[in-house]
Amino acid sequence: MLLELKGITKRFGSLVANDHIDLDVRPGEIHALLGENGAGKSTLMNILYGLYAPDEGTVVWKGKPARIHDAGQAIALGIGMVHQHFMLIPVFTVAENIVLGREPGGALLDMNKAIADVEEISKRYGLAVDPRAKVEHITVGQQQRVEILKALYRGAELLILDEPTGVLTPQEIQELGQIMRNLVAQGRTIIIITHKLKEIRQFADRVTVIRRGKKITTVDAKSMSEPELAALMVGRDVTLKVDKGPARPTKTVLQVQNLTVKTGQGVVAVHDVSLTARAGEIVGIAGVDGNGQTELVEAITGLKRATGGQILLNGQDITRLGPGEIREAGVGHIPEDRQRRGLVMDFSMAENVVLGAQRKYRSWGLLNYRLMTDLAHKIIEAFDVRPPRPDYEARSLSGGNQQKVIVGREITRDPDLMVAVQPTRGLDVGAIEFIHKRLVAARDAGKAVLLISLELDEVMNLADRILVMYKGQVVAEVEARDATEEGLGLMMAGGGKRG
Amino acid sequence: MGNWLRGALRAVTVPVLATVAGMLVGTIFILSTGHDPFEAYSAFFEAIAGSPYKFGETLVNTIPLIFTGLAVALAFRCGLFNIGLEGQYLVAALATAWAGSAFEMHPLIHAPFAILVGMIAGAFWAAIPGFLKAYRGIHEVINAIMLNYIGWYLTHWLVMGALRDPSGSNSTAAVHASARFAQGMIERSRLHSGLWIALVAAFLVWVFLWKTPAGYEIRAVGFSPGAAEYGGISVKRNIILAMALSGSLTGLAAAVQTLGIAGKFYEPLGFIGFGFDGIAVALVGQNHPLGVVLSALLFGSLERGGAGMNAAADIPKTVIQIVQGTVIFFVAVEGLWRYFRNRRAKKEVKTA
Repeated sequence: MLLELKGITKRFGSLVANDHIDLDVRPGEIHALLGENGAGKSTLMNILYGLYAPDEGTVVWKGKPARIHDAGQAIALGIGMVHQHFMLIPVFTVAENIVLGREPGGALLDMNKAIADVEEISKRYGLAVDPRAKVEHITVGQQQRVEILKALYRGAELLILDEPTGVLTPQEIQELGQIMRNLVAQGRTIIIITHKLKEIRQFADRVTVIRRGKKITTVDAKSMSEPELAALMVGRDVTLKVDKGPARPTKTVLQVQNLTVKTGQGVVAVHDVSLTARAGEIVGIAGVDGNGQTELVEAITGLKRATGGQILLNGQDITRLGPGEIREAGVGHIPEDRQRRGLVMDFSMAENVVLGAQRKYRSWGLLNYRLMTDLAHKIIEAFDVRPPRPDYEARSLSGGNQQKVIVGREITRDPDLMVAVQPTRGLDVGAIEFIHKRLVAARDAGKAVLLISLELDEVMNLADRILVMYKGQVVAEVEARDATEEGLGLMMAGGGKRG
Repeated sequence: MGNWLRGALRAVTVPVLATVAGMLVGTIFILSTGHDPFEAYSAFFEAIAGSPYKFGETLVNTIPLIFTGLAVALAFRCGLFNIGLEGQYLVAALATAWAGSAFEMHPLIHAPFAILVGMIAGAFWAAIPGFLKAYRGIHEVINAIMLNYIGWYLTHWLVMGALRDPSGSNSTAAVHASARFAQGMIERSRLHSGLWIALVAAFLVWVFLWKTPAGYEIRAVGFSPGAAEYGGISVKRNIILAMALSGSLTGLAAAVQTLGIAGKFYEPLGFIGFGFDGIAVALVGQNHPLGVVLSALLFGSLERGGAGMNAAADIPKTVIQIVQGTVIFFVAVEGLWRYFRNRRAKKEVKTA
């Protein structure tokens, strides 16, 4: 065994994040750690990386008990970690970032040696990057390679990758898979934290499932089907495929014509986009983050003024209306950022469920808290929000329950058009299944749904028609049943033509 | 409504505990100056509430602090730091004195009219930095501080020029009796009916912030401008509105003080100080109207008690300033402690 964790227990107050977890990692394997959000995967890995001290249990590294008090000791032992959010300095070059903290040369930095070193390891492991490029100018996928190279440069034998595929296109995910195989071939060992079942079957040798802080089992990854893995993770059977009948679209609800939107810095973010969404269909917009989806949504929902073109809702021009008026006209919005947009975190649930309609919940000029609380109870019940307390601040809810409050609020208002942006980001399988069902139900009730997601699986599963955005333009439109992951991935990377 | 009950409870307990702590620290300083703390504190309490007259005078000190504390608290609930109360106060006091002296009206309408003029003047002066923040993105603190000085020099210029009492003193003409408040709720004390206005104002601010849609919108903007915008709430409009309302409360302080106590507007030789004290009052009162009323009473009492301690026990007035500072310090520490506890809790939840 390269690494053995024995009986690791970590408590945060009354919450037991890790409850006597055992984990064995063999040298040269790719070991997946599977669990829902909040199951305790990251806590366990942070203990291994020295960021938390365990309350109980031991870490055995190469047969010897190891006490790891900080990340420096973990690195010295040969443990490297690539976090979900990269920790790179944007204005530094790739090579500068990689050697940071271990710069070659004495008092003077030997940049040529640094570049040579970086080129050497990047060639050895098949991680192509330009050492002279500035990090701010390279893609997210390349930035991830820089993080991996940084760990390798520091001599990592065991590499922990925390949710590494969340930010990647399908092609980049395949490339990451190849990189991981190269690393293993060169004698490295990898722990990959994920909640994506497909990737486990593709990449991992073994998988350890963690549920509510407890280790459930360690199994051979290839021996399990995706539904079996999902059931292990959630503790019950879940449907991974969204159960929906064919769409029966009727009249056009949303019509966007030649829309152009600029960012705050004056850069054209949405260029000449036209699209429609009809009642009774879900239109999905696929694309890598930062290709104009955010600005498109902001223009449709009134949060940003379009610089050109027209947006029609049920034939009414809403291009120049504000967010309140557009909401009034019949647009619901599940925003990308639930904590900064979707909820006032310091407001109670009862206050949050009337956000945007607060002037309707009054009697004699005063807010009617009884009506607000009734509405909150209704949403809590219909959307299974926990804990069921209208007086609790939004801040005190988990991310999944915060999202349920938002989705509940927007769906309960019964809008003609629902703009759902990343509606299930960061949620666990159970909550995703639930929210997907609700969006399909809205569609079947004759609403138009515009779904914007960076998760290609989500778009392919949920949408009836898929548009691909690349560099501010809609570069392709396909029926969902004709779409393939490879085809969409190519178009998301700019390789497609409008069909 | 467990939420507001919790808020009200905390608004009370924190200042009380901070005051006890402040007085303990004050004891150390009294001892260090070689005085008997019992003697000192008995003089202290004697001056605050030793007789109906004395308590009446304590309340006279308290009234303007209730208004300015409410003004700071209301702006703060919208995420704004109204540090321009001093300028707003002077402008409003002059406007009130002018409305009270330049017009003759029936007593039933003269005082309300003069108060309204003062409130409008305060609201206008406060709305300027609000407007500049909303539409030009300039931080309200910068403009409010500058407007303090502009307000001071402008009122000085007016009272020494166009609005000067022709009979020759460095003030406006006296406010007509028809606009003055009745004093004498307590014998010999200057306590006036402005007290009821202050208590009603505190209640109305509470109702406004927590019970009306407009107050909801102001608080939404204060907590989360992004979410407010998403909800169709105009961030710009609410910034201006909150500043104007805050300024109107400052104007109320100035009007009540002018009609209840001063009777005219004197040449301003500096800032009056109610505005800056209002910041401390709001802080200690946790920006909650009930807390503001109690903390205004606390600051009004400290002022009177300190003077009494000084007169009767010959203890330097600085000791009472140390007590004041310590109270504010402990309230701030409580806030810091809560901040770090929340942050730690959040961090743990996030990484778990």
